[in-house]
Order: sequence, then structure tokens, then C-alpha cells
Amino acid sequence: MVSLEGPLLWGALLTLFLLSASILAALVRVLRGPSLADRVVALDLVAYLAMGFLMTYAILVGESTYIDAALVLGLLAFLGTVAVARYIERIRSGEGVVQ
Amino acid sequence: MIFSLVFRVAARLLVPVLLVFSVFMLLRGHNHPGGGFVGGLVAASAFVLYALAAGVHNAQTILRTDPRTLLGAGLAFAYGAGLLALATETAFLKGLWLDVHLPLLGDLHLGSTLLFDIGVMLVVVGTVLLMIFSVEDRLPGLVED
Repeated sequence: MVSLEGPLLWGALLTLFLLSASILAALVRVLRGPSLADRVVALDLVAYLAMGFLMTYAILVGESTYIDAALVLGLLAFLGTVAVARYIERIRSGEGVVQ
Repeated sequence: MIFSLVFRVAARLLVPVLLVFSVFMLLRGHNHPGGGFVGGLVAASAFVLYALAAGVHNAQTILRTDPRTLLGAGLAFAYGAGLLALATETAFLKGLWLDVHLPLLGDLHLGSTLLFDIGVMLVVVGTVLLMIFSVEDRLPGLVED
């Protein structure tokens, strides 16, 4: 159920296509990333791109529910990144060794 | 472990936003996506965020109660919603609806399903926080303050 027409429709479709390509590119970095930190940053990027995807899709189908999903994702996406950053920091400082 | 000042200030701003949003999720859950479970997860992640930013001990302080208390209260709420229906001689857990008119809020369409949803929310918050707090406590390098 698409509610847009004309150039706006093509713009939304192009945006969705470009965001999908960006998510794929970020996923390549997740798979290949030499270090753990690279993978974490790439996963963070995937989360924010998914947010943009959800917003564009909300405009495309005219459904406001997706905006709330994007809101939750935006509020919570960085939480996992912070947790892993703390984990990496602990490994570096040698505190991560279990007694 | 040294806690970042920037992150702690940001967490202090974000925690109220997340808690308000969790209530919004809880209340709209009856007719739209959302509900007690999702609302509970968002509320729990607000406290987890604070635990990451300022330590588990401080997060337990702003929670004010033990997560186990929340768990028990949630189960009591959900069970109470069921018993309420049983008391009016209908089936257990059947939704009861009450139309009231309040001076400031206008016409309200209150149901016992909301009570059940609040119970679900409290159980989810209690369970998630119980798990996260105990895991964070065990990890070496995460001190209490």
C-alpha cells in the first residue's frame, strides 16, 4: 500500500535502495573487520541505517507505527555499543581476567 | 573502573525519556504495536543504561526497590486482574470494562486488561534487571560506585 506518487515515490524508492546498499556494505565490514572494535562500530552503523530505512518506509507506506520503532532503535542502539566498548576496555587493561 | 562524565550526563538525560516512552508503549499497546512486554523492556533498558554509566550500585539506588519486589508485584497485579474477573462471576482473566467520567481527564474507558499489562511490564522489568544486575556484579573490574 503505497501512498506516494510522482517524484516523491521515486525519491523514496531510491533512498531505500541506497540505504540497503549501505547496510550491505556495513555488513561486509562486520564480517571482515580485522578487530573487534571495527565490527562493533559497523554494527552500530547498521543500526542507524536501519533507523533511516524504517523512517523512509514509514513515509512510503504512510504508516506511523514504523516511526515509533525507529525511535526505540535510536534511543537504544548505542547501548550495545557502549557495553561492548566497556568490555574491550576491560580486556585492554587486563581486568577481564577471571580469577 | 572510571566512568565517563559525558556518558553519565547523557544517561541522566536519557533515562527519563526512556521511562516516559515505556509508559507510552504500555498504554498504546491495546490497539497498536506495543504493550506491557515491550514497555517493560524499554524501562529495563533505561536502568541498564544508568548501570553502565554510573555503576550497578547507583542504578539500584534510583530503582529504589529490589528487582525481586517488582517481579512479585507484577505477578500479583496480573493475578489480581484475573481474580477481579472471577469475583464478578465471569471467566478467569476475562476483560472487564468500566466507563468513568473524571473532572480533568474526561471520559475514560478503563479495562482490567490494563492491570494485566502493568503486571507483565513489572515482571519484565524485574526479570531483566535481576539478570543484568547479577551478571554485572560478578564481572571483575566493575566496581560498585
